[in-house]
Amino acid sequence: MNLTDFTTSVPIDHVAVEERVSRLNKRSIKKGSKVQALKLALSMMDLTTLEGKDSPGKVIQLCQKAKKPYAAMPDIPTVAAVCVYPNMVKVAKDHLKGSGIHVASVATAFPSGMAPLSVRIDDTKFAVEQGADEVDMVISRGAFLAGEFNLVFDEIAAIKEACGKAHLKVILETGELHTYENVRKASDLAMQAGGDFIKTSTGKISPAATQPVTLVMLEAIRDYYYKTGKKIGMKPAGGIRTAKQALQYLVLVKETLGAEWLNNELFRFGASSLANDVLMQIVKQETGQYQSPDYFSID
Amino acid sequence: MSQTADTKEKPYKPTSPNSKLDFASIWEYDPAPESSDHVEIKDKYELFINGKFVKPSKGRYFKSTNPATNKVLTEFAEATQKDVDSAVKAARKAFEGEWSSISAKSRGKYLFRLARMLQERAREFAVLESMDGGKPIRESRDVDVPLAAAHFFYYAGWADKLDYAFPGKTPEPLGVCGQIIPWNFPLLMLAWKIAPALACGNTVVLKPAETTSLTAMKFAELVKDAGLPDGVVNIITGAGQTGAEIVNHKDIDKIAFTGSTGVGKLIQRSLAGTDKKFTLELGGKGAFIVFEDAAIDQAVEGVINAIFFNQGHVCCAGSRLLVQEGIADLLIRKLKDRMESLIVGDPLDKNTDIGAINSEQQYETINKYLEIGVEEGADVFQCKCSIPDAGYFIRPTLLTNVSQANTVVQEEIFGPVLTIQTFRTADEAIEKANNTPFGLAGGVWTDKGSKIFKVGSELRSGVVWANTYNKFDPTSPFGGYKESGVGREGGLHGLSAYLKLN
Repeated sequence: MNLTDFTTSVPIDHVAVEERVSRLNKRSIKKGSKVQALKLALSMMDLTTLEGKDSPGKVIQLCQKAKKPYAAMPDIPTVAAVCVYPNMVKVAKDHLKGSGIHVASVATAFPSGMAPLSVRIDDTKFAVEQGADEVDMVISRGAFLAGEFNLVFDEIAAIKEACGKAHLKVILETGELHTYENVRKASDLAMQAGGDFIKTSTGKISPAATQPVTLVMLEAIRDYYYKTGKKIGMKPAGGIRTAKQALQYLVLVKETLGAEWLNNELFRFGASSLANDVLMQIVKQETGQYQSPDYFSID
Repeated sequence: MSQTADTKEKPYKPTSPNSKLDFASIWEYDPAPESSDHVEIKDKYELFINGKFVKPSKGRYFKSTNPATNKVLTEFAEATQKDVDSAVKAARKAFEGEWSSISAKSRGKYLFRLARMLQERAREFAVLESMDGGKPIRESRDVDVPLAAAHFFYYAGWADKLDYAFPGKTPEPLGVCGQIIPWNFPLLMLAWKIAPALACGNTVVLKPAETTSLTAMKFAELVKDAGLPDGVVNIITGAGQTGAEIVNHKDIDKIAFTGSTGVGKLIQRSLAGTDKKFTLELGGKGAFIVFEDAAIDQAVEGVINAIFFNQGHVCCAGSRLLVQEGIADLLIRKLKDRMESLIVGDPLDKNTDIGAINSEQQYETINKYLEIGVEEGADVFQCKCSIPDAGYFIRPTLLTNVSQANTVVQEEIFGPVLTIQTFRTADEAIEKANNTPFGLAGGVWTDKGSKIFKVGSELRSGVVWANTYNKFDPTSPFGGYKESGVGREGGLHGLSAYLKLN
C-alpha cells in the first residue's frame, strides 16, 4: 500500500467522537455477558509496575499475582503479560517460565524518549536479550509535534528492527498530542512503520487513556485493516481503574472492530489497580456478595 | 394480526454483507430489560374534558396494542361530534373565565409544575411510551421525556415575559386551540403543542394519535394533579374522524397539526375561508449530504442517527444520503459494518437500538415501499441481525442504485430505509437535495466551515444541521418549507403562532 502523506490530516469531529462514546457507554452489560466480559478483561491485562523504586521482590510478587490472580478461584484466567522496566525483565521471565504469560518491557528511554536513537535502540536490544516477549516503545512526541513525521516513522522502524521477534507496542502518549487528528495521524504512522500494537499512554502523563482517544485509534486500526488486511492490536493504558470502565472499553472494541479483536492477541489493558476491581466484580457475580477489599492481594 | 413467515422475511435480493468484520460471534449482550412493573395501565381510558374523566357519548372504545408483541394494552374512548363539542365548550368557558383572569406569572407557575411532575415521573412515562409506540427505551428515556419536560420549562419562562418577546406589540392569546398530534413522538409532540399554547394564555383541545394515546392520557392525570383550572387542557381520543370534527368545529380559533402532508392538505382545504389560524408540521424527505472532506467515521454515525432514530418514524429524518463520489464506496462499506452492530428488538431492552414499527399499517406501508424500490431496480442491503417473531419489526435497510426519478427517493417512507445517491459537485448535491416537494430538514457534512454556510444557505429546508443530525432544543424554531408545513414551532417563533400581535 502507499504510505499516507502525513502532512495532511484525516478529519476527526471531536464532538461526534465523544457523542459516539457516550452512546456506547449506554450499553447495559448484565448477567452472563458481564461475567464473560470480566474474565475476558482479566485475560487481556498487562499487569504493570513502572516505578523507580521497583525491586525484584515486587516484580516477583506481581508474577505470582499474574499466574494466580485469586487463589480461591483457581479456574479464573491468568493475565496476558507482566509489564516492567528492562532491568526487571530477567526476574519476571524467570518467574513466569512455563506459565504462558508474556513479559513486556518498556524501552526506548521510557517514558520521555528523550535520548539519542542509538541509546533507545540499545535499550530495546537489552530488553529483548533479557527475554522480553513484547516491547513497549515511546514515540518522539517533540519531533511529531514539530512536524518531523519522517523522523518519527524511521525511529519506529528502527526500533521494530531491534525488536527482532518481540512484539512491538508503540506508545503514542496521546495526552501530549492534544488533538484527535494528531492521535489519528500518530496511529497511522505507527502502524505503517511496523508497530504490532498501538498504545495510548505511558501512564506518566495526565490524561492517560480515554475512551474517545481509544475510539479514534480503533477506527484507525479498522481503516488500516480495510486497506491491508493486517490486524493491529490496541492497548489503552493508564487511568483505567474500575471493572465498569473495562467493560466500556470492551464495548468500544466489540462495536468498532468486532469479535476478532476480543482476545489478548489484539487487545490489552495496561493497568495496575484494575485487576483487583475486576476480580472483586467476578467474585460478586459468582457469590452474589461483595467481598472486603482485604480479601484481594495488593501487589 | 400475527405475522406470517413470508411477510416477516421478505425475499428481497440477496444481501451481500461485504464485510470482513464479525460483530456477532463472541460476547453477545444478555437481555437488559427495563422493568415495567411500576407502571399502571388501566383497562380503559375515558375522555378528559373540563377537568374530569368522562365516558364518550356514544359509548364506543377502541383497542390499543403494543406493536412489539401485538398484545392489547388498553382501550381508549372514541370521541364523536358531541364530545368534541363539549370539549370545545369547556375550553371556551375556561378561556373566558378563570384562565384569562389569573396572572401571567401564575400561568407560568402551572407550566413549571407540569414540567417538574413530568421529570418526577420520567421513568414511568418513558416505559409507557416504549410499550405503546414501540420506540426503544434508550430513546424514550434519553430523548422524548427529557425534551418534553424541557419544552414545558422553556415556555413556562416565557409566560410572564410575552411583552418583551415582541417589542412594540401587544400580544393577546388566540382563544381555543385545536391540536392534533402524530404517533411518532406522542408525548414530545404533546409538549410542543400544549406548552406554548398555555404560556400564551390559550386553552386547548388536544387529540393524540389513535395508536399512541397512552402517554397523553397519563398527562391528563398530571394536569388534574397539578390543579390546572378545569377546561384549560382537554384531551380527547379517537381516529381521523375525531380529528376532522376538531378541525371543522366553529368555535375553535386555531388549529395546530403535525402529521402527514396528505392530511395537512385536507386540513388546509377545510380551513380555507374560515378565520382560523393554523400551523402545520408535515412530512419530509431530508437530504444528508456528505462531502469528501468530511470526518467519515463520524458521518457514518450521523447517518445512523439520521435515519434509524425512532425506526425512521421521524418527519425530519435524513432519509436520502447524498455522498460525494470519491468516498462513496468507503462510506457505504463503513455504513454496512456499522449497521451490523445495530440491535433490533424488544423496545424495553436498554440495549435495543431499533424497536418496533409503530403499527401494522405502517409496517405494510414500509414493506410496500421496499417492494416498489426493488421493482424500480434498487439494490437492497439489510443487516443480518435477528428480529423477534412476534410484533412488527423491519431490519435497517439501504437502497443503492437509485435515482431522483424513483418513488423511494421522492416519497416519504417513514421507516428505517435509507436511499443512497452520489454526486460530484456541490451544485449537483444542492440540486438533488432541493428536488422534492418537501423541505423540512437536511444535513451537511464537511470539515470546511465555509462550505457549511455556502451549501446550507442554498438548501430549501427549514432546518439544516451541520456535522450532526436530529438535534432538538426548545429554544430552536422548527418547521418546513414547501409541502413540509406552514409556521414554526419552538423558540420565540413558536410563541407567535399562539398570539395575536396587535
